[in-house]
Amino acid sequence: MNALRESIHRTRPTDPAAMEVDGLSVDIRTPEGVAHAVRDVSFTVRSGRTLALLGESGCGKSMTALAIAGLLDPVADVVGGRIRLNGADLLALGASERRRLAGPELAIVFQDALTALNPVFTVGAQLGEPFRIHEGLSRRAARDRAVELMERVGIPEARSRAGAYPHQFSGGMRQRLLIAMAVALRPSVLLADEPTTALDVTVQAQIMELLRDLRTERDMALVLITHDLAVAAEHADDVAVMYAGAIVETGPIGEVFAAPRHPYTRGLLSSVPGGGRPGEPLRFIPGSPPDLRAVPSGCAFRSRCHLARERCASHRPELSGDERGRTVACHYWKEATDA
Amino acid sequence: MLVFLRRRIISGALPLLAVVLGVFFLARLTGDPANLYLPLSATPEMRAEFAARNGFDQPVAVQFLDYLSQIVRLDFGESLRTAQPAAQAVLQAFPATLQLAGATMAIAVTAAVVVGSLAAYRPNSLADRFAGLLSSASASVPDFWFAIMGVLVFAVTLNWLPTSGTDGMGAWVLPIATLLIRPFGVLVQVVRGSMVSALSAPYTRVARSKGADEKRVIFVHALRNAAAPALTVAGDLAVGLVNGAVVVETIFGWPGIGKLMIDSILQRDFAVLQAAVLLTAVTIFALNILIDACYALLDARVRQGVAT
Repeated sequence: MNALRESIHRTRPTDPAAMEVDGLSVDIRTPEGVAHAVRDVSFTVRSGRTLALLGESGCGKSMTALAIAGLLDPVADVVGGRIRLNGADLLALGASERRRLAGPELAIVFQDALTALNPVFTVGAQLGEPFRIHEGLSRRAARDRAVELMERVGIPEARSRAGAYPHQFSGGMRQRLLIAMAVALRPSVLLADEPTTALDVTVQAQIMELLRDLRTERDMALVLITHDLAVAAEHADDVAVMYAGAIVETGPIGEVFAAPRHPYTRGLLSSVPGGGRPGEPLRFIPGSPPDLRAVPSGCAFRSRCHLARERCASHRPELSGDERGRTVACHYWKEATDA
Repeated sequence: MLVFLRRRIISGALPLLAVVLGVFFLARLTGDPANLYLPLSATPEMRAEFAARNGFDQPVAVQFLDYLSQIVRLDFGESLRTAQPAAQAVLQAFPATLQLAGATMAIAVTAAVVVGSLAAYRPNSLADRFAGLLSSASASVPDFWFAIMGVLVFAVTLNWLPTSGTDGMGAWVLPIATLLIRPFGVLVQVVRGSMVSALSAPYTRVARSKGADEKRVIFVHALRNAAAPALTVAGDLAVGLVNGAVVVETIFGWPGIGKLMIDSILQRDFAVLQAAVLLTAVTIFALNILIDACYALLDARVRQGVAT
């Protein structure tokens, strides 16, 4: 079944895009200067497929999601780019028009479900809220829809539990509630920002399975934001690897993980514990990511890269790709893969 | 909820007893009423007769036990000054204080919620700074000075408002304005503080992600979470107001419980003083239970005894 689904998705990369992000840049104003948190990020997600936005913490992946959802803090601004969602140009819309799309077109699931659910309202009221806001349902009708949603995401005794408060649920159940709330109005694009980070491994697998089922059942495009290589490998169709606010490599996840091209992706994959021989010390990428308030010229990865040459300091490598949908932003990636 | 209330009522009875005890003995330290009610030339016999008539000839401990057995039967004694039952004097004065306190708190809370929320919505914005200035000024102005300046400007010079009394709407303006300034200033700061953290909490972002407009985000999602600290402080301020807005009632000649207490102390009218303090204490006690009940209504975690 999974194999069949895989093959169906594999044959559909030419579907019209559910969402196209093009050249998105976000600046954050800090007391110490402007941080370029997201730099010229472009990617495309298609209905029924999952794109993993992969990177270490601070690489700008969550900031990208917040910018797309229009939920940036006042100190952060989108300074460039376009986001097309089913034909609408999100960044050209006014606040109230964006609110109209928040839920029915675009939804987001956050990481920590305990703080993401409002502690003083019943979960039934919170899950019913999208229906009240967008469909004008009465409190009672919205509650009925909330109960249906709770049943769909596997909350036992949904009807009586709808009157309970977030603190009365386990971490996994809370994450289910958050997901149910996000998919309430059948959005075409769902952003999931580290949806399983706060959970233990067995619950993690259940939540990922739920997300995948919902994606397939509702033909959503899923953007899975994660730092977890295993989660990405298991659940995503495509991957975009982010480093220092920019995407350095994209492609079908199986191909990228089997034969990474960017030196950063290679370093990331080889630093996974268990990747080497037993007894061998863990590998890691020397150095640390640059300060986003002063991103160096040229390639942001060059100070940590064993391939770096003069050209890497003077010319920023652009993402360039082959016909099979793989792109990489490195001047010398061919040498690394030959070696 | 009922268990919760019963527990509170039982645990509050002991402090009430302490109040009764304290007031009874402290009142008797203010001096001998005979000095006030009998002429200077009064003979020892007249003094003894006065003491016997009012029960002051008994040892203080006996007087106290008598008093206790009286108040259990809801008999609070009679005013030395007017011979009117003390309970009646107190109950006549109390509504005036309650009305003043109620109106003041309603205005202070409403205004502080609006101003504090708007200030918290954009921290460090111009509106926030203005609200900060306004609230610190308002929280630190001495009320007696404000009251006297108010009378001087609006009553004496401009002649827009009466200097004292309770006649007409105009008479309410200066007392309420005077009582209002401090609670308003303090509450704005509390509301702003708790709203800043509520508005930056993840659930606020989630509410926006569902398409909730800013009004709903601020006044439904954030405010309900920010209400508890504001409620605590508002309760405390309300207690202060009920406790007799002594200064304001004296300056504006407002016939409330604060003025009654001052008068009864000055006139060694023990029965009235005791009844007034007891009623105030019971009211404060009831107010605290009301505040606790509000917490429980606002937040299920309080109701269920979950640590937050």
